[in-house]
Amino acid sequence: MDFWYSEAQTPHVKLCIKVDQQLYSGKSEFQRIDVFDSPEFGRFLTLDGYMMLTEKDEFIYHEMITHVPMAVHPKVQDVLVIGAGDGGVIRELVRYPEIQRIDMVEIDPLVVEVCKKYLPQTACRLDDPRLTIHYEDGVRFVRSREAEYDLIIVDSTDPFGPGEGLFTREFYGSCFKALREDGIMVNQHESPFYPADAEACQRAHKRIVESFPVSRVYQAHIPTYPSGHWLFGFASKKYHPLRDLDEVRWNMRGLGCRYYTTTLHKGAFYLPAYVEELLENVE
Amino acid sequence: MERLGQKNAPIYEALERFKQMRVVPFDVPGHKRGRGNPELARLLGEKCVSMDVNSMKPLDNLCHPISVIRQAEELAAEAFGAAHAFLMVGGTTSAVQSMILSVAKRGDKIILPRNVHRSVMGAMVLCGAVPVYVNPECDDRLGIPLGMKLEAVEKAILENPDAKAVLVNNPTYYGICSDLRGIVALAHSHGMLCLADEAHGTHFYFGEGLPVSAMAAGADLAAVSMHKSGGSLTQSSFLLIGPAVQEGHVRQIINLTQTTSGSYLLLSSLDISRRNLALRGKEEFRRVVELAQYARREINSIGGYYAFAQELCNGDSVYDFDVTKLSVNTLDVGLAGIEVYDLLRDEYDIQIEFGDLGNILAYLSIGGRPQEGERLVSALAEIRRRFGRSRSNLMEQEYIDPEVAASPQEAFYAEKESLPIEDTVGRVCSEFVMCYPPGIPILAPGERITRQILDYILYAKEKGCSLTGPEDPDILRLNVLKGER
Repeated sequence: MDFWYSEAQTPHVKLCIKVDQQLYSGKSEFQRIDVFDSPEFGRFLTLDGYMMLTEKDEFIYHEMITHVPMAVHPKVQDVLVIGAGDGGVIRELVRYPEIQRIDMVEIDPLVVEVCKKYLPQTACRLDDPRLTIHYEDGVRFVRSREAEYDLIIVDSTDPFGPGEGLFTREFYGSCFKALREDGIMVNQHESPFYPADAEACQRAHKRIVESFPVSRVYQAHIPTYPSGHWLFGFASKKYHPLRDLDEVRWNMRGLGCRYYTTTLHKGAFYLPAYVEELLENVE
Repeated sequence: MERLGQKNAPIYEALERFKQMRVVPFDVPGHKRGRGNPELARLLGEKCVSMDVNSMKPLDNLCHPISVIRQAEELAAEAFGAAHAFLMVGGTTSAVQSMILSVAKRGDKIILPRNVHRSVMGAMVLCGAVPVYVNPECDDRLGIPLGMKLEAVEKAILENPDAKAVLVNNPTYYGICSDLRGIVALAHSHGMLCLADEAHGTHFYFGEGLPVSAMAAGADLAAVSMHKSGGSLTQSSFLLIGPAVQEGHVRQIINLTQTTSGSYLLLSSLDISRRNLALRGKEEFRRVVELAQYARREINSIGGYYAFAQELCNGDSVYDFDVTKLSVNTLDVGLAGIEVYDLLRDEYDIQIEFGDLGNILAYLSIGGRPQEGERLVSALAEIRRRFGRSRSNLMEQEYIDPEVAASPQEAFYAEKESLPIEDTVGRVCSEFVMCYPPGIPILAPGERITRQILDYILYAKEKGCSLTGPEDPDILRLNVLKGER
């Protein structure tokens, strides 16, 4: 038997992963959800057929979206996480004892349920007492919040389908309002490589630049995402991602990551020339 | 002819059959199923251009329908509860004009509110009918024209017993309905017909708990914009008639101005949308109402904005309210409606239906999605946070009672002269001036220009309203009747 999952990363490029078995397939009000087992990447989750995470490379994404802002902001107490139904961001966040409250806003309860059952590697800390899960539209949730959070992590899907609203000017503006005066917002920022992704990346950057005084982009290498080259946005009201990085303080924590280091942190903000140009064009 | 039901879409079905026949085209249109215009075919798709065909025996003829178009008309009549329904391909403008041309000729009077669409005034220019205006009440807080009071209609009828018809907006652009049943009864008891402009009321025929539709209220003619809330292609529309109106006469009137090359894309879209609404309209519009109610609650909780609805109902000038209309007053945010309209588009990539001096209107319909509602609400909240200011120096809209000095036709065709707009006070205007949308004339041909009207026009220009109508596109000059003072 030859059983392969494939995702059209562009109309002309496919990623294929050999599958051992399909563990789950279901349809929620918002999307189709599938979980597979594979020999190379372990268990993996797809939404509407698009790769969300694999057991083998999810650590890269989750460490980079969490520890970069945590190493910059001196005192994060209240965190808002948008999306993140797989629990990976929460797993990284709960490693910080000074965090007092995490609000996670996920539109689709079925994603959380499926991940709890099939993806314990990421969903393992969703029972942390500091965490409250709100099942609603992130655009709606953040609209009514004001100066409440130190950090907002936008762990969204792509800018089409249920995640569409999380790439809009009104959403970034609402996040700005929901942050305290020294708050930071980090977001999944798409890829600069293939034209359709690059376009989404540019649009998101433009809207964030318009909404925040500090807006920088950093990168990571995620093998199962289109082109493998992925970006994150670092937007902030006050702190600069490099000048305000406190390496000693973070390293004293002894958290031990597999991808993130404070040295990599600095390197991640040095972007290829074509990416710099892409972003500068909309600044 | 075989008996068809609402599950049928005879024009669409005929097009499908026609396609399979692979008929060789030696007729118009000249693009011949798109082959002669490959770029157009790429843009619209092969299927679309291959269905852009001419009238012929298997597809019937819009000017004189005897087979599939006739069947589609009958099914539409059944779905809308009308005696007959005409498929219109010149927009609801042509439906409104045919409606008026069917009941009035030169010198005949029509009783109507002043806040009618330009197409109504246009029909009067064409046929020479004379408007008798009923002052629509105005809501002071919102600055919007309301419906007609029953007693005001009665007064106009008694003062003009020779009038041919009463025309009613059902509803207005903002969603406000007059007491249509009451007005129909009044008109009929004085031997007049009742016409309804239902450009914004298609859903009344299919949804539940919505205001009464013209046909259900016993009106004689209604122009229904299927392409607005009904989901058909832009420019397609229905003209409905009741049992007291002669089908043949109305057909003759329609054929005076309607194209003889009716587009089958438009006709099939009417056919398919009628089927869709007949089969699923109740459920679809229930969803639209929920979406609108939700958005209204959320918008009202932002602060500053006032998304109004049934609480305006007063049993008379606001007899009923169309809750699918998301009309929002913006003055307490310190912004004119047109400013919010522009910000939504320029800053947030959200296009709404229109903004006037004090209000915006977001059009919700069967194609709307909840996520988009959330975006609209969030964008409004952000606009308030970023751009909100104090309410001062915003002009309040108010109803300006028009002085009709000549009939629209007389004024439109009379000897005229062009004057700088500032010098026109006291003169009689010979052209239209309106903001578009909503396309309700600020000045119609034959109306006297006052200082108040000029101030309104200048303020609307300054706020960025798109003003249309006059010969001079910059509206620095206006045409007025020569000599007349």
